[in-house]
Amino acid sequence: MTFILLLYGPFFYKILTSEGRPMKIDFFRKQYSTSEILYHYIDYTGKLILDFLEAIGKSGMFLIKSIIGLFQCGCKVKNVSEQMLFIGVKSSFIIILTGVFTGMVLALQGYYSLSKFGATALLGPAVALTLIRELGPVLTALMVVARAGSALTAEIGTMRVTEQIDAIEIMGIDPFSYLIMPNMVAAIIAFPLLTAIFDVVGVWGGCLVAVQLLNLSMGSYFGEMSSYVEMSDITNGIIKSVIFAVIVLWICLYMGFYTKGGAKGVSTSTTRAVVFSAVHIFMWDYLLTSILGY
Amino acid sequence: MEPVIRAINLHKTFNGQKVLNGFTLSVRKGQLCAIIGQSGIGKSVFLKHLVGLMKPDQGQIFINGQEITNMNNKELSVIRRKFGYVFQNGALLDSRTLFDNVALPLREVLRLKESEVRERVVNELEKVGLGDAIWKYPSELSGGMIRRAGLARALVMNPEIILFDEPTTGLDPIISRTILKHIRQLHRKLRFTGVLITHQIPQAFDIVQRVAMIYKGKAAVIETPDNIMQCTHPVACQFIHGRLDGPIKEDYF
Repeated sequence: MTFILLLYGPFFYKILTSEGRPMKIDFFRKQYSTSEILYHYIDYTGKLILDFLEAIGKSGMFLIKSIIGLFQCGCKVKNVSEQMLFIGVKSSFIIILTGVFTGMVLALQGYYSLSKFGATALLGPAVALTLIRELGPVLTALMVVARAGSALTAEIGTMRVTEQIDAIEIMGIDPFSYLIMPNMVAAIIAFPLLTAIFDVVGVWGGCLVAVQLLNLSMGSYFGEMSSYVEMSDITNGIIKSVIFAVIVLWICLYMGFYTKGGAKGVSTSTTRAVVFSAVHIFMWDYLLTSILGY
Repeated sequence: MEPVIRAINLHKTFNGQKVLNGFTLSVRKGQLCAIIGQSGIGKSVFLKHLVGLMKPDQGQIFINGQEITNMNNKELSVIRRKFGYVFQNGALLDSRTLFDNVALPLREVLRLKESEVRERVVNELEKVGLGDAIWKYPSELSGGMIRRAGLARALVMNPEIILFDEPTTGLDPIISRTILKHIRQLHRKLRFTGVLITHQIPQAFDIVQRVAMIYKGKAAVIETPDNIMQCTHPVACQFIHGRLDGPIKEDYF
């Protein structure tokens, strides 16, 4: 109980004393009647529900517009390649780094588990399958959210609050095709490529640990891999990464595009973009795994 | 003759606060009209209505006789090509050089050849005295340079109508005067129709033909600069002379 009070106390205090509502509830200054408090909470809840419904509608329209835009191919190659550089090329170092360590830790943990069943010869396929089917697309998407997604939200959010997007609109340019679509297209190309890099370096990272630390031969690590890893595993991983690209960019760009307020608004949008993207990646990962087969 | 800009009985409310409350204004072809009024009274909101960035709760806006109030984004983007807009803070794209900022509408809207884009951009930037800063980024420019760059970007499409949202705010008196002088020269040369929001009183009155003062959401006074300076209207008189006593007091403090 003390723990809950300590953790959530400031949150409840903020709600009770929230400003900007039709009526400010401040128990330290004035006594309010039960009906006034009830009115405040009904009003507050109603506003939250309306805001939530509006956000769902707006973000849904944003996604539909993005998907239609993908088929219209209205953005310039130069703009797409600029964003490819930002989302893809500049993320590759962090992807390689995380890929190597993920492969290494998978090899260590896998060896521990497999040795209990006397199946250490299957370490290579186990590492490869885990990376290709699951960890490659998920961790790549998470790393790109952390590096590029958050930056995109902050950049577009800043453009919104400093009237740069208004300026683009007034010039007669559609901000959607100029700002949003090149990022979307670039991400759809970059995500599967980055995932492939992650998978390959992860497998080699696992190999490093298996051969140097666990004294397995390279032959036994790679030997069974081709018989256990099928083309469908690779295809599923690629499909996942493309869907993650659309989801991540949808959330990050939507949050930036509809940023309100000044610096505080930009920071809120960026935090929300990262948190929502991460949650969506895990949710969609489960859904896709169950749809694509396991 | 049909006015180029005609706003009739505009109403706009934000979070229960009425900002425009029956605002009506017409600007004839080739006329430069100043809008003055207290800070936060709705001057920039009015300009954003003119380009369709905001929709009025009630009322109509006509540009060259065409009603824009109910237009969709596609129709608005055609109308917007008639406009140049000089923002209060420049609103230049930070990730682009000055050249790319000014070239943006030429590349994206007119889709001109790169050689033509280069010629027009350099020409426009030289006109505003930024010929040496072409490859600089907005973060490397001073406040005055940013405003001039914003002016160059607004002019590069040869617009019929130019809207100036406080182009001299926050600048020193000499740079402010230089920018106003520049606007006057351009207006004499190009004869565009314009709306200028300004607090630069009375300097800005030298370059405009009419002055409208927003008060309580309405165009309380619409006069020539000379008439407004003669203090015939108490609200305008108090505002332009910055007097503490008068009808504005209760709202201001």
